[in-house]
Amino acid sequence: MKKIYLDYAATTPVDPRVVKTMLPFMSNPPAGGFGNTMSLHQFGQDAKLALENSRQILADFINAAPQEIIFTSSATESNNTVLKGIAFAKKSGHIIVSSIEHPCIAESAKWLKRQGFEITELTVDKFGMVNPEDVRKAIKENTILVSIIHASNEIGTVQPIAEIGKICREKNVLFHTDAVQSFGKIPIDVKKMNIDLLTASSHKIYGPKGAGLLYIRKGVRVEPLLHGGGQENGMRSSTVNLPAIAGFTKAVEICKKEMKRENAKLLKMRNKLIKEILKIKGSRLNGHRKERLSNNVNIAFDFIEGESLIMQLDLRGIACSTGSACSSATLEPSHVLLAIGLKPEQAHGSLRISLGRWTKDSDINYFLKILPGIIKKIREISPFKYRND
Amino acid sequence: MKNNTKTCGGLYTPKVMEAFKDPHNYGKIKNPSGVGKVGNIVCGDVMWLYIKVDKNEKITDIKFETFGCVAAIATSSTITDLVKGKTIKDALKITKDNIVKSLGGLPKVKYHCSILAVDALVEAIYDYSLKNKKDISSDLKKKHDLIQREKEIIEKRYENWAK
Repeated sequence: MKKIYLDYAATTPVDPRVVKTMLPFMSNPPAGGFGNTMSLHQFGQDAKLALENSRQILADFINAAPQEIIFTSSATESNNTVLKGIAFAKKSGHIIVSSIEHPCIAESAKWLKRQGFEITELTVDKFGMVNPEDVRKAIKENTILVSIIHASNEIGTVQPIAEIGKICREKNVLFHTDAVQSFGKIPIDVKKMNIDLLTASSHKIYGPKGAGLLYIRKGVRVEPLLHGGGQENGMRSSTVNLPAIAGFTKAVEICKKEMKRENAKLLKMRNKLIKEILKIKGSRLNGHRKERLSNNVNIAFDFIEGESLIMQLDLRGIACSTGSACSSATLEPSHVLLAIGLKPEQAHGSLRISLGRWTKDSDINYFLKILPGIIKKIREISPFKYRND
Repeated sequence: MKNNTKTCGGLYTPKVMEAFKDPHNYGKIKNPSGVGKVGNIVCGDVMWLYIKVDKNEKITDIKFETFGCVAAIATSSTITDLVKGKTIKDALKITKDNIVKSLGGLPKVKYHCSILAVDALVEAIYDYSLKNKKDISSDLKKKHDLIQREKEIIEKRYENWAK
C-alpha cells in the first residue's frame, strides 16, 4: 500500500543531508567530534568550535548575534524557559498570551497563574488573528511579557508579528514569539520585527529531534531553568547535544537555500487541496485564507468525528491529524478551534493536512481521490445526515 | 523493536480495527419496535440503536447509527452482534465488559464507549417496553433513570460550549 505522510506540522523526517552532517559528531576522530564542549583537550575544543560555528549560522539566519542564541533540547523547553525564566527574574507581574498558543505556552502560563502571576489571554478573530491593537490595550503598568505564536501549528494562521513587536517596543514590554512552525518557512529578522525572544525547533524543519533554539536579545534577563555546569553562557546547563545541534544547523542552511522554492511548490499544492476539499458538502476552511503557512490546510467537516476520519485515512496509507476530542488524552477538543469560534461538534470534525519537502503532486491527487469516499462512509454510519442525502 | 501483536498501532486491537473498518448492522430499521438514543454531539459520541422485537420477546433485528470515534463505532457494531437473536431478558444481561472482551480490549480512555453501547441498548428496550405497554422491571427503570440523569449532567457541563 502507498504510504503518504501529510503530517509535517507534527514532525518531519530528517533530511539525508542532515543525517550525513550529524554522523561525524557521534564518533571518534579524525572524522569525529564526539567531545564534550567543556573539555580543554582537543576533543573538547573541536566540539566547542563546531558548536560556536553552529551558533553563528543560526544567529545569522534571524539577524541576531551569536551570543544571543541558546541551544535547548526542544521548543517546549525554550518556551518554558521564556515564560518561567522571565517570571522568576521579575518576581511578579502580568503576562499576555493569545488564546491559540501551543500547550507548552498555554500550560506554562496557567502554571504561572497558580503561582500568583497575572495572565491575560487575548482572543482572536474567526480566522485566528490577534489584533495588534488588542495587545496595546492589554499592556498594563506591570506587564512583564507578551508572548504570541508566530504561526499556528493547527490552523496555520500567521500573526502580524512585526506590528505586535513594534507596539511592545514602544511600550517597553518584552516580546516573545513561538516561531516553531514559521522558522525556516518564513524569513525572520528579529531586529526588523522587534522580537526580544524567539523559540524555534529542529525537528519541524527536517532536522533531528532533541534540538531547540532560544533567541534572547542582549540585555534581557531570563533566569535559567537548568542549573549545573554553566553551559550555554549559564543559561542552560547540560552537556551540549552537538550531533543534534549540528543537524539542526545543516537543516537551517538547507532551508535558507531552498525556502523560497519550497514555499512556492507547497503553496500551489495547498491551494489545490483547499479548493478541491471545499467541494465536499459540509466542509469549511479553518484559519486565514491568505495569512497562512504555505504547508497548512485545516478543514472542519460537519457530522464527522476526527479520530474516525484519521483512522480511515490511515487504513488507506494517509497520515494526517485532527483537533478532535477523541484523539486527545483529555477528551477535550482543540482549544485553538474553539478559540476561532467553532462549536465543539465542529471541532470534532477537523482535519489538519500539512505538507512538506517530499510531498508530491501525485500524493495530493491520491488524497483527493480517497477523501470524499471516506467522508461519505463515515456519514453513512452517523445518525446525523443532510436531508437530501 | 518487537512488534506488539496484541494491539494495532499501539492504540487499538486488531478486533477493534476490524469492527471499525467493516462495521456490522449499521443503518436504520423501518418501523422499529424500540429506539435508544444516547450520547451527546458536543462530547463527540452519539449512538442510536434500533431494535425489532417479535412476539416471543426475541430481538430479531438490530441496527445502529453512530457519530463517534473508532471505539464508538467498534462497540456499536459489537453490541449488535451480541444482541441479535437474544431475548430481551438475555440481552439485558450484556455488560460493558462483554463488549470490551469481544473486542480484545479497549484503551482505558475509551471505556465510556462500551458503556454508551450498553446504555443505548437499555434505552431501546425501555422504549420498546413503554410503547408496547410491557411491564418495566424496577431494574430497567433504575438503569433508564440513571442514563437520563447522566445525560442531564453532561448537558449541563457543556452548556457553555453548546451555545
